[in-house]
Amino acid sequence: MAHYDFTTPLTEGAVRKLRLDDTVSLNGTLFGIRDATQIHMFDRGRKTRFDLSGHAVIHTAPDVKKVQKSAAHPAGYAPLCVGTTTSDRMERFTRPLMQQCGVRLVIGKGGLREESLKAFGELGGAYLAIIGGTAALETTWVESIEDVDLDDLNPESLWKFRVRNFGPLLVAMDSHGGSLYSKVKRTAQEHRAAALRRLGVR
Amino acid sequence: MKIDLRQVEEAAKELYIRALKRLPPDVKQGFDALAKSETDAGARRMLGTMIRNITVAEDTDNLLCQDTGIPIYNVWIGRGVEVDGVALKQAIRRGCERSTREYSFRSSIVHPTTRVNEQTSCGRGVPIINVDFSEDEEALVIEMVPKGSGSENNSWLRMAVPAEGVDAIKTFVIDCVLEAGGKTCPPTIVGVGVGGTADLCVHLAKVAATRALGTHCDDPEGARLEEELGPAVNMLGVGPQGLGGDSTAFAVHVETAATHITMNPVAVNMQCHSARRARATFRASGVEYGY
Repeated sequence: MAHYDFTTPLTEGAVRKLRLDDTVSLNGTLFGIRDATQIHMFDRGRKTRFDLSGHAVIHTAPDVKKVQKSAAHPAGYAPLCVGTTTSDRMERFTRPLMQQCGVRLVIGKGGLREESLKAFGELGGAYLAIIGGTAALETTWVESIEDVDLDDLNPESLWKFRVRNFGPLLVAMDSHGGSLYSKVKRTAQEHRAAALRRLGVR
Repeated sequence: MKIDLRQVEEAAKELYIRALKRLPPDVKQGFDALAKSETDAGARRMLGTMIRNITVAEDTDNLLCQDTGIPIYNVWIGRGVEVDGVALKQAIRRGCERSTREYSFRSSIVHPTTRVNEQTSCGRGVPIINVDFSEDEEALVIEMVPKGSGSENNSWLRMAVPAEGVDAIKTFVIDCVLEAGGKTCPPTIVGVGVGGTADLCVHLAKVAATRALGTHCDDPEGARLEEELGPAVNMLGVGPQGLGGDSTAFAVHVETAATHITMNPVAVNMQCHSARRARATFRASGVEYGY
């Protein structure tokens, strides 16, 4: 188990070094995306002016406050509460995110499925687990909202955050076919029979 | 006692932000209990981070979770309380809208097909306002629950048949917890509805999921199921965030209702570890806030 302090953007080689149970802290740019963002980008052909190549995206739709544009708030938004949403709903967007936009890391909660794991293996990516529901803490790792695109989808806009020591995040799916979620799922299925026995189910 | 609707509007506004920022004491105790009994080192670390987040939210006066949820207001009207029901619902809706605007938190509510967000946390039929009557003191009680979508997206109903018996109920609960995995932000409160019609059964599951930890079903049969199912669910090893460990659920809560001779319905609705709720009690002496 190793810890990596990454500054984005990242090379394929850096991401392929990651193994299950390693931890990562991120510095620099982090992009926030959500259901609607990706539906518009990949189903409706919307283009973003941001270059996501080599970057990390987080499954989020933050609570923000509109403020006067300033050096501290260059996009005119102050981050109030930046958290993470359940990734599973956005499973089918992992491959296009990587293939069309060059994304290297996906940050979320609850994990992704087999197809995403294949994409991580083939294209060189990983899934980093954050602890869902700990947004107050997560917000303290966000320095500012640098920019925003596709903002008609607010709060599901494409957010460009500047982050510092964002983590530690747990490598829960890697580019070598490893997934902590699959491991836990298999174990839990094995425990099913014992749980039902305890309940007296015949 | 006559209810001042301006106070209701203020309370509806205040309750939403309170619920988003402060976790009830019973849930904090639930975390402490899990942290003590957890045997997996990684799971213990995760529980520690969740507990730290509660403190950070309090220290920085921030929301516990970014998900402001679907706003639910449960209202109980006690004996001798005089209130115009329609105006009461309107006042709650106004308070919900004002909370979103004035505290500038995320409106998570969209039209189901156009997906248009009015940025008010309100829409057709939302906030959900459940009104019931109470035999208790001369008081009006409003409880606010911001129900997060991670847990709500994992909700199930099974119209089992009588020949499948209680075994069908127990098996269904175990299989729902397995299916949910980490998607519901465990540790959760697993709410189980047993009996009624399809809609009542699902509603009971929600009531169970949002009930305070440490409370029990007032039907002894339901309470027995709670006792049996809690430890069984925590044998599965799903753990915090679905990443393994003993702490899959704080508890399993059950609510029951009579059902038809041909029916055996069971529903599961879960509450995530950010098990938020806040309560205002209106008495002749004034308004008191709690959980």
